[in-house]
Amino acid sequence: MRNVMAIAWRDIRSVFVSPIAYVVLTGFTLLAGWFFFNMLGQFNRLVAQYSMLQGMDTTWLNLNDAVITPLLGNLLVVLLIVIPMITMRSFAEEKSSSTFELLFTSPVRVGEMVLGKYLASAFLVTAMIAIALVFPAILFVYGNPEVGITMAGFLGLYLTALTFVAAGNFTSALTSNQIIATISAMVILLLLFVIGWPAEGAGEPIKSILVYLSVTEHFQSMIKGVLDTRDLVYFASVSVVFLFLTHRAVESARWK
Amino acid sequence: MIEVKNLTKTYGSITAVDDVSFQVATGQAAGFLGPNGAGKTTTMRIITGFMPATAGTVKVDGFDVFEDSFEVRKRIGYLPETPPLYLEMTVRSYLRHVGKLKAIARTAVAGAADRVIEECGLEQVAGRLCGHLSKGYRQRVGLAQALIHEPAVLILDEPTIGLDPAQIIEIRSLIRRLTTDRTVILSTHILPEVQQICAKVVIINGGHIALEADIAELVRERSLEEEYLRHVSGDAGLAGPQAAGRATSSEGDAAHA
Repeated sequence: MRNVMAIAWRDIRSVFVSPIAYVVLTGFTLLAGWFFFNMLGQFNRLVAQYSMLQGMDTTWLNLNDAVITPLLGNLLVVLLIVIPMITMRSFAEEKSSSTFELLFTSPVRVGEMVLGKYLASAFLVTAMIAIALVFPAILFVYGNPEVGITMAGFLGLYLTALTFVAAGNFTSALTSNQIIATISAMVILLLLFVIGWPAEGAGEPIKSILVYLSVTEHFQSMIKGVLDTRDLVYFASVSVVFLFLTHRAVESARWK
Repeated sequence: MIEVKNLTKTYGSITAVDDVSFQVATGQAAGFLGPNGAGKTTTMRIITGFMPATAGTVKVDGFDVFEDSFEVRKRIGYLPETPPLYLEMTVRSYLRHVGKLKAIARTAVAGAADRVIEECGLEQVAGRLCGHLSKGYRQRVGLAQALIHEPAVLILDEPTIGLDPAQIIEIRSLIRRLTTDRTVILSTHILPEVQQICAKVVIINGGHIALEADIAELVRERSLEEEYLRHVSGDAGLAGPQAAGRATSSEGDAAHA
C-alpha cells in the first residue's frame, strides 16, 4: 500500500507542478460553464414563453430534464476526449524513459504500480467532477431541482469517468508512444459508447449483451435517477477488467 | 557475490546473450567490457531483475533474481545507461521518492536522501529540478539513487558516457570512493577506468564471454588495451567486416606506437 501511495503521489505532484493539471481543470470548467450558461438560458426562455400560455401542462419543464441531464451528457463527451489525454502519460512516459527500469528494479509489485497510476489519474478526474458540482449547486440556490436525481446523475458521470481512466491506463501500458496511447484509448471509449447501436435490430442474446456492454445504457439509467446495482456492478467490473489487462500488459512489457 | 550461469537471452530470432557465465566475488569490482551491442546492457538488466532471462540463472548473494526477485532488488543498486530521473522533480524530492520505492523505513527516508546528497556532492543542487541539471550532475543523481538503500551490490551501466573530461574524473573518483566495500559490475568503454576501479575484467563479445580474468595477472604480459582488442577482434567473422576493419586499424595504431 505504501508503494501504491508513493507512486500515486509522485504522479499527482508531477501533474500539479506542471501546467497540465491547470490547463485541464481550466479548460474543463470553461466548457462546462459554457454548456451550463446556454442550457440555463434556454430553460429561462422556455419558462417565459410557456408562462404566457394558460392551462398548459408544464410539469415536464424542470431543471433536471432541461439543464442537468443535457449538461451531464455534454460533460461525458468532454471527458471522453480529455481522459485519454490525462492517462496517456501514466505508463507510456515511464516506458519511453529509463524510469521504467527504476520501477522494475525496485521492490515494487506490478499491481502496486497499476493501482498507483490509476489512483493518480483518478485524482485529477475527481477534481474535475468536484468542480463541475458547482453548477448544480447554483441551481439549488436559485431553484429546486430533485436532489436524488441530480446526485445519481453526477455519480453516474463520476463512475463512467473512473471506468474511462482504467481503460486509458490500459492503452498507456501497451505502448511507449503517448499519441498511440491516446488514440487507442479514444477508440476504446467511443466503442463503449456506441457498442449498443446495433442492439435494436439484433435478436437475443446478442441484443442483451450489446445493451449490457454499452456505457451509455448504464449512464442513461443513472441520469434518470435510478440507482441500480446492475449499473454499479457494470462500472466496477469494466474497471476491474481494464486494471487486470493493464497488469498483464505491464508485466508482459518486461518479457519482450 | 554475483553468479551468472549459462545465461541466454533472445529477442525473437536475435540472440543477444548466448550461454554467458561468470562470477564476481563479494566486495570485488568487475569491469564489464565489450563493443556496443555485445550484450552488456542486456546482461546487466537481467542481473538487476529488470527483465527475465530466456535460459540460465543469476544469483545475487545466493538469491535467484527470478525466484527471489524482491530480495535481489533490495540488495542491488542500479544505474542504467540514462539516469532514471523524473525531470520535473527536485533532486531532494526525487531521492526521497526513490527511497520510498526501495522500501526504506518511513522515518529513515529523509535521512537516507540527505546522506546520498552529501556522498555524491549534490548539496548545491538539492533544491533544483532534475531537468535543469547538467549531464554530470544528472549522473551523480543517478549514482545517488542507486546508493540510497545502501545496497551491497552495485551495477553501473556506462556511468561516464557523454561526460566532459572534468566530469569523467569527478564521477570516476566518486565511484572509486563508493565502491570500496561493495560488489560492483561496471560497464564502460574506457579501459583505464577499469584498471583504476576494478580488480577483475569480463569481456563480452557477440553475446559470448571472451575473457574473464584478474586484471593484475592479465596486464603482466600485455596492456589491457591489447588484451581487449585481441579478444574482441578474435571472432571478427561474427562481428562483421566493419568491426574487423576497425580492430585491424587499431592494432596498426598500436604497432605504430
